[in-house]
Amino acid sequence: MKDNISSSPILNIVSRILFAPIIIFGLYVQFHGDYGPGGGFQAGVIIAAAFILYSMIFGIKKGETLVPVKINQYLMCFGVLLYAGVGIVSIFLNGNYLDYNVLASERSSGQHIGIILVELGVGITVATVMIALYHSFASFRIKDD
Amino acid sequence: MNFLIINFFLISILLLTTFYIFKTTSLISIVALTGIFTLVCAAIYVNLDAVDVAFTEAAVGSGISTILMVMAVAKLPEGKKNQLLNLFPSIVLSVSIVIVLMLIIANLPLLGDPNAPIHLHVTPEYIKESKSIFHIPNVVTNILASYRGFDTLGETIVIFTAGLGVIVLLTSNTLNRKTKFKKKVKK
Repeated sequence: MKDNISSSPILNIVSRILFAPIIIFGLYVQFHGDYGPGGGFQAGVIIAAAFILYSMIFGIKKGETLVPVKINQYLMCFGVLLYAGVGIVSIFLNGNYLDYNVLASERSSGQHIGIILVELGVGITVATVMIALYHSFASFRIKDD
Repeated sequence: MNFLIINFFLISILLLTTFYIFKTTSLISIVALTGIFTLVCAAIYVNLDAVDVAFTEAAVGSGISTILMVMAVAKLPEGKKNQLLNLFPSIVLSVSIVIVLMLIIANLPLLGDPNAPIHLHVTPEYIKESKSIFHIPNVVTNILASYRGFDTLGETIVIFTAGLGVIVLLTSNTLNRKTKFKKKVKK
């Protein structure tokens, strides 16, 4: 696959227009997951789809300058650590591991904070893993040239 | 009645898609057809009122995995793109799986049966409690993130490990192959 596929002006402009709305929709799915269908997994995939669209249209080089590989890998770890860290914080607040009741003075708001943080961790991990998968597939070359 | 008609329609599309997946010989159209297959599966889940599952199926199954498969096919060398392996073992395997599943289906509880074992164990408590405890209307989110927090942590770690594995395999492999190739050339 060649690096620059953006020869068609239609693809170029449509992907420019769609990039921001896809991310906003992903954020909506992320934070509205408590009230409607959605959550971290789906939101992560949708946000990753925006970046993958960008890399597909403008080439893998530009995609990697938009999301640098190092930062992407750090965020991958950060998502999992955020999830696990919520559990450890609740241990320090005299609760069980991943027991969100102790995160706030009231039980329901503690659960709310816990669920939002955990879903955020899932979303960040899924989005960055999908971007990393695409980038490593796209920059992989079997032939030596 | 409407439910049945829609389900019948969707499942006949599924069968048709399967038939065409079976018939085509080009890999890229097989990838496209599997994308259609998972999208129709998502529609079936919506029909069964499993909106969260349908959402995931549409985003992951027909979105990301189709893109990754297209990438993988594009990476194949030109001569191997339309070369299919011997299909006989996979046909035998899938037919035997279908026979086993058909035998199991006879023992399953009916769709929507309120006395099915899965609806009797912990689900009623989840549905009853969750709104008063969490003040969050989506029961699926409560179960996923709070009641089954450990499971979801495990799933996240699985995804993380999968990404890590792909990065390690694909990035280091190119380096190794290059050095090996150069050594061979020198010899």
